[in-house]
Amino acid sequence: MSTLHTVNKSPFERGSLASALAHALPGDAVLLIEDAVVGARAAASKTAEMMKAAMPACSLYVLGPDLSARGIPSTDVVEGVTVVDYPGFVDLVAGHDKTQAWL
Amino acid sequence: MKIGVVVNEGPYTHQASDTAYQFTKAALEKGHEIFRVFFYHDGVNNATRMTVPPQDERNVQKNWSELSAKYNLDLVVCIAAAQRRGILDESEAKRHGKGEGSANLAPGFRISGLGQLIESGIQADRLVVFGD
Repeated sequence: MSTLHTVNKSPFERGSLASALAHALPGDAVLLIEDAVVGARAAASKTAEMMKAAMPACSLYVLGPDLSARGIPSTDVVEGVTVVDYPGFVDLVAGHDKTQAWL
Repeated sequence: MKIGVVVNEGPYTHQASDTAYQFTKAALEKGHEIFRVFFYHDGVNNATRMTVPPQDERNVQKNWSELSAKYNLDLVVCIAAAQRRGILDESEAKRHGKGEGSANLAPGFRISGLGQLIESGIQADRLVVFGD
């Protein structure tokens, strides 16, 4: 039983990314969408450390179109975080037993 | 795979309506079945036909109606949330004495109850929630 956790708010605004990472079990995936994508930047050292600590037990993803919309190149994301598009988002939903949105 | 979608945020608020739309579209294009899209809380504002955004801008409400027409999508609006926010179909407008032509539910949407969300949770293989 694996879960896909989605986070949609900036980690500098809310604690939902920290909560998702803290609750994700080995084998789970965490996907950053909307404003949460700013948390995937390698230059954001605090959140980058948090994300690195969650890997490799969990797989981390970030939505590419939302990175582009905010002018963040995909090369700027934390190493090990996979950039996906909307079809990739659908595959993540299909590939895990359930989806939990951290609203 | 059968996927249920829940939209809890209105259009042009943050991004949830847009993400839900793009996700739903991508799932349909990949051949998945969207069991239902359920609009709850401020999400019911996606269902008004009265929106007139600038012509060179995306029209969130119209996007849903067009997607519904293309894929025969079941777009369900929560009745209690809709009544609070002035989203009415013909029969609700009449029942509340709102006068001729005051129904504003957009094409492709229908108004129903929370049972439809519960059924979506039971029938669909996955339930994906978008909101604020």
